[in-house]
Amino acid sequence: MADERRPKQCSLVLPTESMKVMAESVGVGQLQEECCVALSEEVSYRIKEIAQDALKFMHHGKRRKLTTNDIDHALKLKNVEPLYGFQSQEFIPFRFASGGGRELHFYEEKEVDLSDIINTPLPRVPLDVSLKAHWLSIEGVQPAIPENPPPVSKEQQKVESTEPLKAVKPGQEEEGPVQGKGQGVTSAESKGKEKSISRLKPRSTHELSVEQQLYYKEITEACVGSCEAKRAEALQSIATDPGLYQMLPRFSTFISEGVRVNVVQNNLALLIYLMRMVKALMDNPTLYLEKYLHELIPAVVTCIVSKQLCLRPDMDNHWALRDFAARLMAQICKTFSTTNNNIQSRITKTFTKSLLDDKTQWTTRYGSIAGLAELGPDVIKTLILPRLSIEGARIKAVVEGPVISNIDKIGADHVQSLLLKHCASVIAKTRPLPDNVDQYRADYGYLGSMLCSHVVKARAQAALQAQQVNRTTLTITQPRPTLTLSQGVSTGSGPRTPNIIKVPSSLTLPVQTLVSTRPVTPAQPSPPATKYIVMSTSTAAATSPQVVISLTSSRSSSPITSTAPSSTSTLQPLVKVEHTGQSVTTPGAGGSRTLQKYIVVSLPSAVSSEVKASSLSSPSTAVDSTVKADRTELPGASTHSSH
Amino acid sequence: MAAVQDAPVEADNEKEIKTETLNDAAGNHASAAGGVIPSPPVASTSSSGPAKAGGPGSEEQQTLMAVLQFLKKNNFVGAVDVLRREAGILEDSDESQGQELAASALGGAEAGDATCTLSRASSCTTSTPAVAAAPAKGARCAVVCVSAGGEDQPDVNVVLSAYSQQGDPALYQGYYSGLKKFVESVLDCHRAELSQLFYPLFVHMYLELVYNNHETEAKAFFEKFSGDQECYYQDDLRVLSGLTKKEHMKGNETLLDFRTSKFVLRISRDSYQLLKRHLQERQNNQIWNIIQEHLYIDIFDGMPRSKSQIDSMSGSLAGEAKREANKAKVFYGLLKEPEIDVPLDDEDEEGENEEGKPKKKKPKKDSMGSKSKKQDPNAPQQNRIPLPELKDSDKLDKIMYMKEATKRIRLGPESLPSICFYTFLNAYQGLTAVDFTDDSSLIAGGFADSTVRVWSVTPKKLRSVKSAADLNLIDKESDDVLERIMDEKSASESKILYGHSGPVYGVSFSPDRNYLLSCSEDGTVRLWSLQTFTCLVGYKGHNYPVWDTQFSPYGYYFISGGHDRVARLWATDHYQPLRMFAGHLADITCTQFHPNSNYVATGSADRTVRLWDILNGNCVRIFTGHKGPIHSLAFSPNGKYLASGATDGRVLLWDIGHGLMIGELKGHTDTVYSLKFSRDGEILASGSMDNTVRLWDSIKAFDDIETDDFTAATGHIHLPENSQELLLGTYMTKSTPVIHLHFTRRNLLLAAGAYNP
Repeated sequence: MADERRPKQCSLVLPTESMKVMAESVGVGQLQEECCVALSEEVSYRIKEIAQDALKFMHHGKRRKLTTNDIDHALKLKNVEPLYGFQSQEFIPFRFASGGGRELHFYEEKEVDLSDIINTPLPRVPLDVSLKAHWLSIEGVQPAIPENPPPVSKEQQKVESTEPLKAVKPGQEEEGPVQGKGQGVTSAESKGKEKSISRLKPRSTHELSVEQQLYYKEITEACVGSCEAKRAEALQSIATDPGLYQMLPRFSTFISEGVRVNVVQNNLALLIYLMRMVKALMDNPTLYLEKYLHELIPAVVTCIVSKQLCLRPDMDNHWALRDFAARLMAQICKTFSTTNNNIQSRITKTFTKSLLDDKTQWTTRYGSIAGLAELGPDVIKTLILPRLSIEGARIKAVVEGPVISNIDKIGADHVQSLLLKHCASVIAKTRPLPDNVDQYRADYGYLGSMLCSHVVKARAQAALQAQQVNRTTLTITQPRPTLTLSQGVSTGSGPRTPNIIKVPSSLTLPVQTLVSTRPVTPAQPSPPATKYIVMSTSTAAATSPQVVISLTSSRSSSPITSTAPSSTSTLQPLVKVEHTGQSVTTPGAGGSRTLQKYIVVSLPSAVSSEVKASSLSSPSTAVDSTVKADRTELPGASTHSSH
Repeated sequence: MAAVQDAPVEADNEKEIKTETLNDAAGNHASAAGGVIPSPPVASTSSSGPAKAGGPGSEEQQTLMAVLQFLKKNNFVGAVDVLRREAGILEDSDESQGQELAASALGGAEAGDATCTLSRASSCTTSTPAVAAAPAKGARCAVVCVSAGGEDQPDVNVVLSAYSQQGDPALYQGYYSGLKKFVESVLDCHRAELSQLFYPLFVHMYLELVYNNHETEAKAFFEKFSGDQECYYQDDLRVLSGLTKKEHMKGNETLLDFRTSKFVLRISRDSYQLLKRHLQERQNNQIWNIIQEHLYIDIFDGMPRSKSQIDSMSGSLAGEAKREANKAKVFYGLLKEPEIDVPLDDEDEEGENEEGKPKKKKPKKDSMGSKSKKQDPNAPQQNRIPLPELKDSDKLDKIMYMKEATKRIRLGPESLPSICFYTFLNAYQGLTAVDFTDDSSLIAGGFADSTVRVWSVTPKKLRSVKSAADLNLIDKESDDVLERIMDEKSASESKILYGHSGPVYGVSFSPDRNYLLSCSEDGTVRLWSLQTFTCLVGYKGHNYPVWDTQFSPYGYYFISGGHDRVARLWATDHYQPLRMFAGHLADITCTQFHPNSNYVATGSADRTVRLWDILNGNCVRIFTGHKGPIHSLAFSPNGKYLASGATDGRVLLWDIGHGLMIGELKGHTDTVYSLKFSRDGEILASGSMDNTVRLWDSIKAFDDIETDDFTAATGHIHLPENSQELLLGTYMTKSTPVIHLHFTRRNLLLAAGAYNP
């Protein structure tokens, strides 16, 4: 008896509804239930048979992915004419739709304009097959060259550094000797001792081959040398070379020592070079730096908050280095912070501490604010915004007070612009309209007025961005006719809400889809089930007088910034749709605009609520204006839909 | 049953009918009888067949009666007369005997209808057109077809009608769980053995239910017990699960495999007695009938086998191989190398630079360890299979080979080979087959877009011969005429060969590098000239995709195998196959020549490896134990061992002489697509879909086993627990499945695959 239970072999059969739909699609209207049952069983069996044969072709084609060609060949085995026209390599050409209790996948057959095809320039000819040789192994040792995978995969490095004990559990023994070989440990040795030392950490050799030593020398010299072209090459190599794992300790020490020495000597250029090395190491997809953070983080933080980084603080742009290092620090936090090491909270604490200290110099102040600001809007909101008025007062003292030193003035200026830059965007997202200068001044003190203008600018910019690419989905659900308005703003601020109805991605212009009630297509067979029709029109149509729903809002200052309604309740009873028989198709058919497609869909309430839920999860800010905008348009919408 | 196999030759045809009729010969063995089909058509053998069959035993008599009755029923009067005359049966006797037969053949079965047996008898012989997949019967079929006067309608119903004897469908679950309870209650030592019964019983009971239209019962039965079956039967269960209607049973190949071949189980005598007693006590006729009808229980004396022993051998589509199937003598030794005078002068100088003085023996003999030049006792006679004469160019090549061999690196666990990987870039998932020439100068790739491409990996570019008109202008007396016939203008690093109309699944170079074979989905094997880079012959015979083809190590012959379950042996100058090896129950997925060219090994999707004798077409070895379709085979250079790799990622090692499994190499996580022994056989390299090349210590694997006498005697193997000790190295590629491996003459390992981003 098999000890372990496997997932049950179940004999799945295609649903009889599918048979009906397929029959309808070829013009057989009324198919009897028994026929459907018999057909579905037969068809399921044949499909399985063909799929099993197709699998053979996949195996012999030495592939892991079943292709349409495999199916064709399997059909050929059975003396069935292959299905032509399904040559798609990657994606499945079917689209999903549901409606009236029916769900189906359909094959979208677009009308193709031949002249378009003829006029499009020919795609580039694919590259011809070529043969390339490399050493996979030299006398049992795999050389670390780009053609080979990295000797220690990133996952394994991660496991090694985060869970050092797990890496040598007996269960992974089989990897042990193998990896050992890759690292130059002779197999006999590691295998012989495998059993006895399995509890200990594997001994790793720290000798670099001559080539590696040469490489290290070249790279480090180029990185801190004077030739910028060479440096770019070296950094490129660090960022891409898969074989650097063994040299990582050296690089790490090089950087930390370098920073230590050069901070004392105030050598700004070298510090910048070293930070760029850190950046390159971070960018290397095959390296996992966790083990070396204890050396790297102090170096990076030094470059952020050090009192003095250059010889001439009034002339040199050490602010850029601080910004750069702050970004690096944020990246490190994002990548490596876990609940165990608490990197982010520890770093945050450090920065906050120096920020709260009154005696902190402007340079350090700048660094700690930059470091905090790069950690994200949440950090800004909780740690920087409350301090705005205090900082503002401090700046005011320097700027408007008696001139103490030029350096302080420059520092204060930089801190001010930094605060404005970071805080404005956060405030723009969180603070409700309107932007009143006095109100701002009351809230944020000295910086208030400047902040206000920045926020207004930020809002305008966000609106502009949103307008460039926006997508509108309009759905009306049957059980309780509501109009859900969700507009995807592809500013990259969050995952776009999954729309029920996918719009062809080629359309960059706003597309409105309207789901209406009532069966409209006469071809629909079973009357009791309610049918919906989805119609999408191009924008050209949407702006024409016969627009179904137009969303260009006139009253809102930032019309389409909202990604989602802030609460479902505000949107529930938006539109009542008259259940007239030909509610939507008529304008489509009668109007001059081109209909994109008809889809039979259903929107069970579960689906729509899911959409709402998911849209809620996306950052929802500054919704009110849009909601208002929606309301203004609603009467129009309802009249049109009842058209 | 064994007697059938040993019977005198002249009654052979008759016996074929008989074996089929009584379902005594499992498909496993049927091939041995009918494997060879000489190139003249089959009909001639059949007409002269049954002359001597007059006085066989009563069993045979019954068979004859059965056939007679069938013929009568279908009004083939002439055929009846002929058969009666030839068999010497009196007219009145057949009536009475027919009744007897019905009674005796069916025993206690409830559906005691003579036609049942009779139709069964006929079905096996007439159903062939439908059973295209089992062409072994083609030969046998003809026997009856001729006498039956063109009964051409494929009648699969009749094949299935064996299932018509049915019990109460509601009781099936009870029967099965009753047996299950019994097996769980027996002593531990018997339990593992008796558990083997579950799977075949399950399958046949399910099919019986389906056949008798008890659809719901069948479904319930399947759902209840399918989870109990061993996980390696999952693929077959998947096929079964889809099969829920009687109509589906027609033309289902897997089903026919179950029907036409008996599932072979090896059970110790004690366990068998236990089972028999249990079934008799319970009056459990249903199960007993199935065991009688569809199972072949190979009883042995001695200790019952353990669970792990059973597991290592089971997994094939039709159970284990019968013990006698692997008893035939196999001449696995190597042929004597022809004497060639090697110009030793320059070689000696080079040789001294290497470690010590390399031996001056023929390298292949080296690996075998036989010191003298005399014939190896295990080797076949030199002319057992006629081999092509050596040409001058071949001799030159042999000399080159020997020179290279002296520079060969001795491999071992301490000195692993270097691996050079040839990556096919921009192949877009289209690379399906690769081969290297023996001297590693050319690479051929077969592609899914129907092309075959040949690359030269040496600086020497590929040139084709000039056109006929240009050739006329050449001075034929000149010394460098061979140089002059080549067209310099055509020189390039790679050539594309167009001709196939489907994906190319196998390519193979001839040993002399003049030809290239390719086989394809379009059902043809093509022979290409590497002088002109044109197609010379298209060998048509397989009507279905041909999965693999392979040149003999001595050239001239080649083997091909494909979806039609038949392996064909061809000679390059014959457009029809010389031999057809039939017996596999599913697609033949890979083929390999034995180094002495007297045998071929075929791996199949029925999860068995078979070894065929080229001389007589017999199947001389059946190796079971793989749990998935086999995709790679490799003979050790000394011809003693065979390695096979399957989709389950395991590599199994077989001792050909003893017909035993001697090793299991676990480590790969996906299909093993290529296997190769190093030139001296010390290292086995395996390449897999999981993007790794692994090296195994084959010497150690073989040594561990050879010390054990017990296993050789009983055939029961104890595999070492951990194959990790044999693993010498794992080398990951960068998302490049390893499709082919090749050791150069100096033991450098070449690997090839397509980069698959």
